[in-house]
Amino acid sequence: PKSSDLAELVKKDKVVVFMKGTPAQPMCGFSNAVVQILRMHGVDKYTSFNVLDDQDLRQGVKNFSNWPTIPQVYFNGEFVGGCDILLQMHQNGDLVEELKKLGIRS
Amino acid sequence: MAITAEYIKDKLTKSVGAIHVEVEDTSANRCATSFKVLVVSPQFNGKPLLQRHRMVNSCLAEELKEIHAFEQKTLTPDQWEAQKAK
Repeated sequence: PKSSDLAELVKKDKVVVFMKGTPAQPMCGFSNAVVQILRMHGVDKYTSFNVLDDQDLRQGVKNFSNWPTIPQVYFNGEFVGGCDILLQMHQNGDLVEELKKLGIRS
Repeated sequence: MAITAEYIKDKLTKSVGAIHVEVEDTSANRCATSFKVLVVSPQFNGKPLLQRHRMVNSCLAEELKEIHAFEQKTLTPDQWEAQKAK
């Protein structure tokens, strides 16, 4: 994928994740944490992009989201946050609510 | 310039009005400069998580270019008190 198309990419799916590696084989502990949290909530099918495959995408998504780190999570085309935010949302129950809005029962 | 835990603490205290900052240098666990921070600030009151994290990110925008891994937790003073009481 080209970084110029980021506005399109983030809307490709209800859940879109930019990560290092793939959900089947995460290449970083933080990306792995996001995959595991989503899995715990029964979110197995989502669109993910491996930033290690594409240096333009890696920098492009940071600029697009105004967020300095990977992974990055989008729900319904809206930036949710990185690993720390997803973890806190998991812990305080907000994640269940947000997924409910997407029509995903966790 | 090497980025130290003390430097990060000082900058967060000044820039986001933190009343309490814990910085853990986690570089040893990883392959490069890494930090884990807890920031408590009254400026977080009423702000969603994303906005709080953006405040910390923009405070450390220059430093984050050099930092390999950065973990953060942002709490209001009330949330911090509640967490300590647990």
